[in-house]
Amino acid sequence: MKALFGQLLLGLINGSFYALLSLGLSIIFGLLNVINFAHGALYMLGAFAAYVGLVQLGIGYWPALVLSPLVVGVLGLLIEVLLLRRLYGLDPLYGLLLTFGLTLVLEGAFQQLFGVSGNPYPMPAQLSGGADVRFMFLPWYRGWAVVVSLLVCFASWWVIERTRLGSYLRAGTENPRLLQAFGVNVPLMFTLTYAYGVALAAFAGVMAAPIYQVSPSMGSNLIMVVFAVVVIGGMGSIAGSIITGVGLGLVEGMTKYFYPEFASTVVFIIMAIVLLVRPAGLFGRER
Amino acid sequence: MRTLALLLCIAASAAAAEKESKISDGVVKIGVLTDMSGYYSDIAGSGSVTAAKMAVEDFGGKMLGKPIEIISADHQNKADIASNTARKWFDEEKVDAIADLVSSSTAGAVMPVAAEKKRITLLSGPATTAFTGEKCTAYNVHYTYDNWALANGTGREVVRQGGDSWFFVTADYIFGKSLEEDTSKVVKAAGGKVLGAARHPSPGTTDFSSFLLQAQASGAKIIGLANAGLDTVSCIKQAKEFNITPKQSLAGLLVFISDVHALGLDVAKGMYLTTAFYWDLNDETRKWSKRFFERQGKMPTMVQAGVYSEIRHYLEAIKAAGTDDADAVMAKMKATPVNDFFAKNGRIGPDGLHRHEMYLAQVKSPEESKHPWDYYKILKTIPAAEAFPTVEQQNCPLVKK
Amino acid sequence: MKAAPWVERLGYAILVVAGLVAPFVVYPVFAMNVLCFALFASAFNLLLGYTGLLSFGHAAYLGAAGYVTGYACKAWGWPPLFGIALGTLVATALGYIIGSLAIRRSGIYFAMITMSFAQLIFFLAVQFPWTGGEDGLQGVPRGTLFGLVDLSRNLPLYYFVYAVFLFGFAVIHRTIHSPFGHVLRSIRENEARALSLGYDVARYKLLAFVLSAALSGLAGATKSLVFQLASLTDVHWHMSGQVVLMTLLGGMGTVLGPSVGALLVVALQNELASLGSWVPVITGAIFVVCVLAFRRGIVGEVQALVKRSF
Repeated sequence: MKALFGQLLLGLINGSFYALLSLGLSIIFGLLNVINFAHGALYMLGAFAAYVGLVQLGIGYWPALVLSPLVVGVLGLLIEVLLLRRLYGLDPLYGLLLTFGLTLVLEGAFQQLFGVSGNPYPMPAQLSGGADVRFMFLPWYRGWAVVVSLLVCFASWWVIERTRLGSYLRAGTENPRLLQAFGVNVPLMFTLTYAYGVALAAFAGVMAAPIYQVSPSMGSNLIMVVFAVVVIGGMGSIAGSIITGVGLGLVEGMTKYFYPEFASTVVFIIMAIVLLVRPAGLFGRER
Repeated sequence: MRTLALLLCIAASAAAAEKESKISDGVVKIGVLTDMSGYYSDIAGSGSVTAAKMAVEDFGGKMLGKPIEIISADHQNKADIASNTARKWFDEEKVDAIADLVSSSTAGAVMPVAAEKKRITLLSGPATTAFTGEKCTAYNVHYTYDNWALANGTGREVVRQGGDSWFFVTADYIFGKSLEEDTSKVVKAAGGKVLGAARHPSPGTTDFSSFLLQAQASGAKIIGLANAGLDTVSCIKQAKEFNITPKQSLAGLLVFISDVHALGLDVAKGMYLTTAFYWDLNDETRKWSKRFFERQGKMPTMVQAGVYSEIRHYLEAIKAAGTDDADAVMAKMKATPVNDFFAKNGRIGPDGLHRHEMYLAQVKSPEESKHPWDYYKILKTIPAAEAFPTVEQQNCPLVKK
Repeated sequence: MKAAPWVERLGYAILVVAGLVAPFVVYPVFAMNVLCFALFASAFNLLLGYTGLLSFGHAAYLGAAGYVTGYACKAWGWPPLFGIALGTLVATALGYIIGSLAIRRSGIYFAMITMSFAQLIFFLAVQFPWTGGEDGLQGVPRGTLFGLVDLSRNLPLYYFVYAVFLFGFAVIHRTIHSPFGHVLRSIRENEARALSLGYDVARYKLLAFVLSAALSGLAGATKSLVFQLASLTDVHWHMSGQVVLMTLLGGMGTVLGPSVGALLVVALQNELASLGSWVPVITGAIFVVCVLAFRRGIVGEVQALVKRSF
């Protein structure tokens, strides 16, 4: 029983990363109609920005938590303005292919620069150690990662669903042309939305750095699961992507307890079942 | 009389022809196929290439008047890249022997290709015992260490110290599984129990927490790490993070000096390990290792030292045989004992396994360490007969009983 | 839309002759690799170029067939032809199962669903004991053809692979120029209209999907004999992306484009192999350039040029 709770807790940690990443993907897809394949690579970039900041410039974990998403967000701005923008109006598949190409470039370049094996990122001193929570020993840092990730997810949901800014965003998803006619600078909104989604990925990357090693392949290991999360949750629903992310993390944790060999496939099997019953995903709408 | 003269004539000219073609293609070419950028690049990688080049230079750079050449490539730990590269090297580059082949999946992919084309594989990096057992080929030497040696060295000692219940965290490929299997046998034979195992994908796993929690839940005294390189390093670190280590002990079954260097003595102290080579054993090893250090900036691992020694042995065998014909060279290599800084009176058996002394070591604490790279206390020298399985135990199908 | 027939015929003639002399000019294993990928990309093109469906998980069929063929030949000692047939059959079945789930959605969703299923296959390949996990399935025997031709030598094997390629290519060519192919193209151009004309669009899509998966499987099965190995590389999503690149670079929706793309990409990887990690960087950059500025691909551009000049 103890072990089950332990695995569930680890599942929750993974789940909150899934939620952060699938949230970013969903926001970008909702407005730009682009599947951002590079999301995993940008998550990796976020972790590397923190790592390089620490090693080269002596910037610690706390500043990196803000700076690294900013840096990657600016890169996102450039990607949107210089590359993605040229593809609007074409088949949305080209967006997927373009970001796939970017992924190869980014991952390959970082492999060349830093090698395949991971680089350790030290845990912030304030959060090292942990507490015995009856059923397991919970390292502080992992607890912090869950709480903060979920807070950021919730804040993003609130902004999009409950504020005026969010209402533009939702309107842009429905009908960008009409919104433009109302005097909203839609292209700028596109750019900022992409940058924000990407910054979320980078944020997740910094959060992950002390837990996992900082390595060029850390994003591609994760992104495939996140894509399955998005397919299961159904695109377009912000709350849906958060709930699905966390939920699947927990399911994975449970599988690791009952049938560990199955853990890496369970998400995909759930996906197949969901698709059979609801082709648009749990929270998605038929379009 | 005339027939005899004719026969002699033919024999003489045949011998002359033989002499002409004794070094095929006019060059002895050795390919170092290793992991240049991945998980095992610190264990082998460019250090193996350096060791190979040192071996050729120390030999004199020429073989019976013909040049000796070292080429190298990165197999990225992928079986398909390894076998494709090997195939191309044999077909197009006229490579005579391939050395190192760190990681068992690549070695397992290259060995059958080499055997089919009658070229030699000199394994230093991989560990799987079956390479000189059921998977043995006639053109293979497994030089530095194998899982059987690791399991017997470390496993037996840990059980003797009271660590009699085990749970394994295993890298899910040939190497890990066979290391787990070999160690389980040793543990059980010594009177210990094996409570279970968690297998993780490798390479590619970065978060070992869920596997470690399974190990914790098992209640085993010893968590055996049947993995290598970065996997082992991460496991040791995360076991500390989750407060597993003081209550349960870790036994790293394959630990290299580069891992200890990466972990730091504070984390790694007290760990038992079995090794084929340590730079600070005696004057000979120190002398060679310092030369290596000057070039590479790191002390050699046992894999890198093994690459040097196996290539020297291979070159000496060509010289003694007077030809680079694979069959003749293999016979010479097996007939001649190895005597250098790496091995004393090492013998390559008919199954291709190089049997030599191994060392049981313990990692020093930071206080005990007097100078840089002063990491190991050698507890015991394991004689060759005890360190490695016998030819009968190996069950290599090529060896007639 | 089409180039003049004589241009096309000339193209085929050059292709056939080039294929016949290739093993004497280049390293035969390299040539076989190109042929396998050319078939794979052509099969993929049937779906992307002619039906307008982007599958991002075609590695699943290539890889699964490779594993099955490798296992049948190695563990059961099947002759190569039967092994290939079984591998192709399994890929066909997989294509049917995944295809019938995936075609219920279109566009970007279709891509993501196929991709996720391919990932499922990837994990199964890691997990199953008989696939050898990270080690792959090694030492697959090449065997003999009809008990007569020894395929372990490169030259006979090359002509065998060449025959397989020509067979697959002919099937694709025939499909594209059949009424069935025309319906597929009409679905690509305007799905709603095809539907309103009374075509059972879902069935056509599924059929195209299954055919494409089967031929991809044929390519994968053959490849596993050439390299005597089935490994995780062939089921990895990089492979799924690579076949998109080949098709895009050569020209999607053209008969010869994917083969040209396959030749270029394989040659590039071969030439650059010593550069290690720069290979994905360069491939990725080509991808980006293709998508941004070169969407018709090489053969597409040439055809456009020919059309303008004549």
